[in-house]
Amino acid sequence: MAGTNQQSTGVFSAGSQSAFKKQLNKVYTWYIGGFLVFVLILAVLEQMGLPRNWIGFIFLIATVLLYAGIGVMSRTSDAAEYYVAGRRVPAMYNGMATGADWMSAASFIGMAGTLYLTGFGGLAFILGWTGGYVLVALFLAPYLRKFGQFTIPDFLGARYEGNLPRFLGIIAAILCSFTYVVAQIYGVGLITARLSGLDFVYGIFVGLGGILVCSFLGGMRAVTWTQVAQYIILIVAYLIPVIWLAVKQTGVPIPQAIYGYQLEKVSKRGDELRKDPKELEVAAIFKARAAEFDEKLKNVPAALAADKAAAEKKVADLKAANAPAAEVAAAEKALAAVPANEADALKAYTAGKATNTARSLPLAGMPNHSQVYAGNPNGTPAEQKTYDESRRNFLALVFCLMVGTAALPHILMRYYTTPSVKQARESVTWSLFFIFLLYFTAPALAVLVKYEVFNVLVGTPFTQLPAWIANWAAVDPTLLSVSDVNKDGIFQLSEMRIGGDIIVLATPEIGGLPYVISGLVAAGGLAAALSTADGLLLTIANALSHDLYYKMIDPNAAASKRVAISKALLVVVAILAAAVAVQKPADILFLVSAAFSFAAAAFFPALVLGIFWKRANKWGASLGIIAGLGTTFYYMVMTQPWMRGVFGVTSPVELWWGIQPISAGLFGVPIGFAVIIIVSLLTGQPSKDTQELVEHVRYPDLKAA
Amino acid sequence: MQLTKKHHEYWRKTLSITGILLAIWFVVTFVVAYYARDLTFSFFGWPFSFWVAAQGALIVYVLLIWYYAWHMNRLDREYNVHEAEDD
Repeated sequence: MAGTNQQSTGVFSAGSQSAFKKQLNKVYTWYIGGFLVFVLILAVLEQMGLPRNWIGFIFLIATVLLYAGIGVMSRTSDAAEYYVAGRRVPAMYNGMATGADWMSAASFIGMAGTLYLTGFGGLAFILGWTGGYVLVALFLAPYLRKFGQFTIPDFLGARYEGNLPRFLGIIAAILCSFTYVVAQIYGVGLITARLSGLDFVYGIFVGLGGILVCSFLGGMRAVTWTQVAQYIILIVAYLIPVIWLAVKQTGVPIPQAIYGYQLEKVSKRGDELRKDPKELEVAAIFKARAAEFDEKLKNVPAALAADKAAAEKKVADLKAANAPAAEVAAAEKALAAVPANEADALKAYTAGKATNTARSLPLAGMPNHSQVYAGNPNGTPAEQKTYDESRRNFLALVFCLMVGTAALPHILMRYYTTPSVKQARESVTWSLFFIFLLYFTAPALAVLVKYEVFNVLVGTPFTQLPAWIANWAAVDPTLLSVSDVNKDGIFQLSEMRIGGDIIVLATPEIGGLPYVISGLVAAGGLAAALSTADGLLLTIANALSHDLYYKMIDPNAAASKRVAISKALLVVVAILAAAVAVQKPADILFLVSAAFSFAAAAFFPALVLGIFWKRANKWGASLGIIAGLGTTFYYMVMTQPWMRGVFGVTSPVELWWGIQPISAGLFGVPIGFAVIIIVSLLTGQPSKDTQELVEHVRYPDLKAA
Repeated sequence: MQLTKKHHEYWRKTLSITGILLAIWFVVTFVVAYYARDLTFSFFGWPFSFWVAAQGALIVYVLLIWYYAWHMNRLDREYNVHEAEDD
């Protein structure tokens, strides 16, 4: 079989495929056992008084060392090993590796939080990020495995006869992978900082070390076996706290089966809270504050002068009255915070109005958890319009996430690593099964946490709030803050601001679990971010070294030189991505979602038509990729606030059919298909060799009759 | 190489199973979501469309892919285009 290589030694290689599989089973059984013992020992040490930040630190060091160790054990410079792990990863293990590769910081940390905040609307991510695998299985994985090269641009180059489609593939692969990897490294920095108390920047570099040792030494081979190890950590870390919460609330340890009943209670409690007089009182205070800002916005210069005068007067009064130093300092700080000029004041007042208006909404701005779409199909025309657009955007987002899933190069690349077409097909089943375990649980986690907040927390006196609230508010007040707005000493829902990103990380504390579980969850988040970053960095480095350098610049380069170049590029790309992540670019969530729309529009039409339509040719594919990607990019630049800022677009935002910029791929994908079909029909047939290649990939093994 | 009649038949069958499974995928995802507001009868506590989007559709996806792998592996053997045993 092409690329099979038996010369390497160590744990992750063996003679025959079945002996190899047996050995893997043995290694990972020991690994799981060892991991559980490790957690148990830490739990005992915690009871004996090991300080919390030590526990975090031990988790960080132990897991990063583990990943680095696997990297060292599977080091290689053989091309087939480096690029596709020797093509002998059994279906189930490839499934686990794909699961870890796939589930990023966004899935692990962000998704349950999004579901908590948006209810039904957030399920678009659950549907989109699982249903895409049906497209992978039906349209791509088995055929790409039969094609059997190293990268996705490889396929475009071979099927569409030339370097132009290959080059476009390289650009698109780098565009989507790079935006995605920046978000992962950012997540790594955040979690490392929380786990260890290190500064964010150092956090990024510690995490980066873990990523690099692994992929640098062993390429796809090391990344594969590390990802399997990371999957095991992340799924255990995700499930334990949710199961605990379910037992605590209902006595049944299967959260996925019983949260329907909790959802009913949450919805009922939500309706009560909407009418609760104390909640309404808090909302009225926020509304009054918003009105104050509105008043100021009517005459900014006068309001600014008045603010400044009032702040100055307060400082002077306090000083004159010989007030305590702390009070004077606070007043001086307030004075310094008064906007310096009218432009700043306009910004500050506008933001103040927006925040306070948002906080005056019922249920702290959250929709009723089980409410399907906003608006009302039988209500006023405005409500009908809201309903239509809400539904349309839900469907559009699901579509883009699904097609994007089936087009992300770092995922598709994984199906090159199985031993056969048969196993590639089975491997997709395993992949989705392992992903399913987490995605199936996330909505349950969101509901159980919401139950805890609505039914346990709301109504508690401020003096008796659990410790996790103060702990997390101290870490980052933009993620969690509480204040007694109406001064009644009782906690109301509207008095809390909570960011989606802490829901999962705080769940162990919300459920009252020992700190060791918090450490475990953070380590799981780290595993999710690191494994995805590994796969993405490898995709970028391979696109540059294999496709750009070897296939386009120097086709005579020796295999060892190609691998060496790939390793060097890996380091460069990783450092570049870290440098961007350190800037904490705004709207990181948008960048991740944008990667899906880009991948969907650039790759999906060209890949699928390449397999299912022999007539598709070079010019069709090239123009199709350009048109699909171009349309998607254009729509985002014209409509997304951050992109508009970057490209200096000032014309008014005009949405097409009310579709949000996050789903720009909805336009790019059909245009990509249309352009490929029309241009291919207008230009000549692909050569006979190419048509035979298409036939070749359609049959797992074409035997001569 | 020249494809035989049997080879063409294999490909037609591949296309038809792909089409059927894709249709199921489409109904479970987009048709249910389109009518989600009308499908809110209680299903073990969940509103039905909420349950489908959170669990039901996912289960169907796993089954679709599993069935596809099983079906295609059998079809490969039937049309003698399967690979040599690898494990």
